Order: sequence, then C-alpha cells, then structure tokens
Amino acid sequence: MGTEFVQFSLSPILIGIFAAIACALPGNFLILRRQALIGDAISHVVLPGIVFAFLITGVVAAIPMLLGAAGAALLAVILIEAVKRLGNIEPGAAMGVVFTTMFAAGVLILEQTDTSAVHLDVEHALMGNLESLIWFRAEGWHSLLDPEALATLPDELFRIVTVCALVIALMLIFWRWLKIATFDENFAEALGIPAGALGFGLVVTAAIAAVAAFDAVGSIIVIAMFICPPAAARLMTNNLTHQVWWSVAFATLSASLGYVLAGYGPLWFGAHHAVSAAGMIATVSGVILGLACLLGPCRQRVGVGRGLDA
Amino acid sequence: MTPLAEALLLQAGYNAALVTIGAALLGFAAGASGTFLFLRKRALVSDAVAHATLPGVGLAFILMVSLGGDGRNLIGLLAGSAATAWIGLWLMDWITRRTRLAEDTAIGAILGVFFGAGVVLLTVIQTMSAGRQAGLESFLLGSTAGMLFQDAVVIATGGTLAVAATWLMRRPMTLVAFDSEYAAALGYDVRRIDLLIMGLVMAVTVIGLKLVGLILIVALLIIPAVTARFWTERSANVIWIAGSLGALAGYVGAVLSASVPDLPTGPIIVLVSAGLFVVSLLFSPSRGVIAALLQHRSFQARVHRRQGLLALAAQHPIRETYTLRLLTSQGLVRADGVPTEAGRAAAAKVARDERRWEIAREIHQAAGLAGRYEGLTPIEDVFTADEIAEFDRRLGPPVAVGGV
Repeated sequence: MGTEFVQFSLSPILIGIFAAIACALPGNFLILRRQALIGDAISHVVLPGIVFAFLITGVVAAIPMLLGAAGAALLAVILIEAVKRLGNIEPGAAMGVVFTTMFAAGVLILEQTDTSAVHLDVEHALMGNLESLIWFRAEGWHSLLDPEALATLPDELFRIVTVCALVIALMLIFWRWLKIATFDENFAEALGIPAGALGFGLVVTAAIAAVAAFDAVGSIIVIAMFICPPAAARLMTNNLTHQVWWSVAFATLSASLGYVLAGYGPLWFGAHHAVSAAGMIATVSGVILGLACLLGPCRQRVGVGRGLDA
Repeated sequence: MTPLAEALLLQAGYNAALVTIGAALLGFAAGASGTFLFLRKRALVSDAVAHATLPGVGLAFILMVSLGGDGRNLIGLLAGSAATAWIGLWLMDWITRRTRLAEDTAIGAILGVFFGAGVVLLTVIQTMSAGRQAGLESFLLGSTAGMLFQDAVVIATGGTLAVAATWLMRRPMTLVAFDSEYAAALGYDVRRIDLLIMGLVMAVTVIGLKLVGLILIVALLIIPAVTARFWTERSANVIWIAGSLGALAGYVGAVLSASVPDLPTGPIIVLVSAGLFVVSLLFSPSRGVIAALLQHRSFQARVHRRQGLLALAAQHPIRETYTLRLLTSQGLVRADGVPTEAGRAAAAKVARDERRWEIAREIHQAAGLAGRYEGLTPIEDVFTADEIAEFDRRLGPPVAVGGV
C-alpha cells in the first residue's frame, strides 16, 4: 500500500469519486423532479457528440470532444422538448426516439470514418478506462507535496475536479431556488423564481457533469451514478439537505469500494486479472441501493400513494 | 444486378436473405409489441430490459464454457439474457411498488447497475482462455457479419413466434394499454397482462440482441409506435401500422447494410425508422407539424377576416396590415381601405349574424347551443332556418352598411 498504490490507484480512485459526486448532486434534483432518465438520454448522446467533434477537428483531444459532447447533450435536450411539443408525445417516448436516433447516427458515422489510427471506439465510450489513468511520476505519498510530480497527474483529474467544483458552486448558489422549484413549481413561479430556466439550467449542469465524468468512467456507468446514490439517499431521509449529504457519501463509497473490488477483488479469489472498475462501481452503487430499498428508514411511500401501491 | 437490387430481392446470398427476412419479422414484432408499451406510457422500461440482458449473456457464456461446451451457442446466450432481463424487470416492478422511488428512477437504476455488472462479466470473460475470441461485444451494437446460418434461423423463428404471440394476445393487451381500469372492471388480470406485454418486449429484445444490439433495440420498440400514432386515432390500427413500419425499417435497413460496406445493421435500421418518424412528424394529415401550421394559418385568417368585416360594418378604418391585405386579396376592400360592393355585403352579413347571435343567446340561455359561439361558427351551422327566421323577426329589417 505504498508507492504502488499512489502510482496506480490513487488518481483513478479520486477521479471516480469526483465523477460520482459530480453526477450524484444534480441527480438528487432530477430524481425528485421525475426526470431521472434525462441522465440516460444525455449519456447516450455523448457518443455522437464526440464522434462529430472528431470529424471536425480530426484529432482525439479532450477539449473539442468535451465541447462536442456538451453540444450534443444540449441538442438532445432541445430535440426532446421539440418532439414532445410538436408531436404531442409523452416525455419518455420522446426521449427514446431522440437519444436512440442520435446514438445510431454516432455509431454509423464512427463505422464509416477511418478511426483506426486513433483510440476512438464505441466500447471505450461505453465502458471508460478508469484503470489507465495512472500517475507515472509518483514515487510514494510524499509525491503529493512535490509540485513537479503533481503536474503530471492525469488531466482527467483536473477536469473532473473543476467540474465537480462548478456543480457544487452552482448548487450552493441556487440552493433555495432549486429546493422551492423542485417541490412546488407553481409556488416558485408565484415567488418570481424563473422555474423554467432553472429546470433547463439543472439539465445543462447534469449534462456538463455527465460529459466530464464520461471522460473517465464511460457513458453508461454515468447513469448509475446519476441515479443510484441519490435514490438510495432518498430512502434514508425526508430532509433534502440530509439527502444530498447521504448521496455524496454513497457516491464516494461506491467509487472507492468499486475501484478497490475491481482492482484487488479478483486477486482474493485467486484470479490474476482485474475486472472493469467502472462496471464494478456501478454494481456497488446498485448493491447500496438494494440495501437501502430493503433497510432504509424512509423506504416506504407515505401519504396519498401509499394505500394504492402497498 | 447491382448489390442493392440483389439485396432488395433477397438474392444476395442465403444468409443475407435470412437476415433480411429476420430483420423484417423482428421489426414487425418490435413495432407491434412496442405499441402496448407506448400506449401504457412505459416506453423506456424497454431500455432497462435491454440493458439488463448484458449480464445474462456473460453469465451464460461463463456457464457454458465451464460445462465444457461452446460458449458462443446463440440459444444458450439468449436464454441467459432472457433470465437476467426477467430479473431486472421483476426488480424494477418491486422497487416501484415497495419503495417510494418513482418508476423512472427504478428504470435508470436497473439500467445502469445491470449494464455495469455486465461490463464486469465481460472483462472477466476476456481474461478466460476461452473468452479471447468470444466476440460478446457484438451484442452491444449487433453484428450480422460472420453470423452463422443457425443464428439467422433462430432470429427468423423467434421473430415469427413473437408476431404470432402478438396476434393471439392483441385484444386483452390493447384493452389494458388503452384503458387499464376498464380492463380491470371487465375482470381481466391487469398485472398479468402487463407482465405478458413485458414478456413480449423481453422476447423481442432478446431476439434482436444479435441483430441490432442491446443499446439500439429500444429504438425498434419505441420509434415505430410513436410514428404510427401520427397516422391514426384508433389503438387497434396503431398496432398494425407500427408493426408494418417496423418491418419496413427492418427490411430496408438490412438490405442497405447488406449492399453497402461498413454499414452496421442495427444503426441503419434505427436511422431508417427515425426517417419514417420525421416524415410522419412533419406530414401527418391530422397531427403533423405542417398540418398544424396550416390549421393555425387558416384560423388566423378567419379571425382577421371577421374582425375586419366587423370594423367595416361599424365604419371604422382598418389599420391592421394583415387584415387589410387579407380583405384586399379576397376582393372585399380596395387598396385604399374603402369597401367594395362585395365587402359591404359581407360586412352586413357578419354584423347581422352578430346581432342574430345576441338574440340567440337571449332565447337559448340554458340550451348550451349559444355557449358554442366563439365568433367564427356560421350561425347556419348551429340553428335551423326556422329559428334564424325567428331571430330576424325580432331584429327587424336588414340595415345597409356604408351608407348606400
């Protein structure tokens, strides 16, 4: 647990934790607003965004790809809204139409362009490669104090920390508005809160978090991070502030435990190869949600819906 | 013959023909069974089902290899995927019923977690000695390249069975999808029929895994149903239109994929389907965007015509440029704003109808007929000639407009 841990595991774990938190925070509000599947839609359209950015720039570089992915996410949100309104179609189906079509277009363009020279493929986009984000220059814990070594930390870490900070800042700034608009949109509008713009802003924030996290953990796993920690937190408490704290705790636990299990777990069973860390993180978050469903103190529905569904 | 024509006429080889027929059958089954999901407003449940198949594929492979068999046996893999998809469905139902979490949260949770577990299993398989060339990744996006004859038969048979099941169970499923409370009142077991719909969706998903892949199979279930909804208001018709659209997309997609290099089957089927959707969204005669625009324009014109004529009747100048242009183009007003002969007659008619309506509202206060007046319905559409004559008697003789 010395040099080797710092070199190979520290930065992936940190990236995993920050990615999980950045997704879980907006996830809290998405779940309460019954928009949980926006995360699903966004994480699917990240691929066409990246492919498109590659087509335009011709290189696999982080910034254009992030911009492409964010653009695709915004386009998807606008298209979903357009299909919903123009065709008078229910939101779930509108989402299904838009994100599958965009994803199919992304795959098709990817297959048609020659990407053999660069590292760009669907599986990578779906599954991520957390394990490869290692810190070469680290020589032990003391490297954390060495500015020269710190500069060689993977870029993904800096990006996800920035995005995570941005998400936290936005949430703190708009906390009161978000809280009111999430629980009673009409009341929020009566108070003069721009609830519509706030909702759109929330989705955009979620998209930014998804895109940054996607960079490290892959697109499908992002959905698990959007939903599982906040959903488990929802079963623990009736207080929104507490729920957000619980979700951060669950996200951190999923990411660190998931990474450790993926990296070291197989060794305990006598296998020689690690398994996918991103997949394991999602699985752990699912186990946490399962436990919360069975044991969470606030798991039951209260009020009107109770008699109907119990 | 060109490759495209060959593929269109199923002449591009035995396997390609089977795949094309299989894709069309699968498209039909997916479109028809997806309709029930769509009408039930649970379209995205299929997304969770599809993603939940991945761990099953992995587990089945590991199990078959450890029993000494060939891990790539398609029937075995499909059975495994059906098993975990069913577990995913069951868990989703359990979470929605037993906890306070909403259905969309349950869908997202199952989707993400099962897919994550599947990815873990895939990496486990990659490290197994038998797993190096397993090619299980092809289940993500589908792949017809190197498909065995036996696999094509499985897809074609499965597609046929799914279509047959949809046909047999169409009545109870339509009833539940359309009005579940009425179905319950008739004595149908709504939960069981819901499960049946889900079972059908799961079957379609599993059959489509090899062809379209688990990420895009959702599109085949959702898009045709949404598209069909643009063309009919009857739920029974939606099913058959959705099925036909799905079959068309499957057929055309498979043909294109067989005749053009580097065109993966799944995405191209989805894009053909999406193309049909966009055409319907724009051009559907009743619910389409263009129809709505035209309807809006004609409504606008009727309102402006009436307001303009009322202004003429009251001898007010018309300042609204659109109204003026409209009335000029209909020959009711000259370019300088002075009404023509026809314009004065039309104005007199509108003004008179307006006063007839006033009388009508006095007489028929309770009848509800007068309540239908929004200023645009001709009075002749609502009242009989006798009634109008009675209104006129009360009004007195007609008055000319414009001081003629």
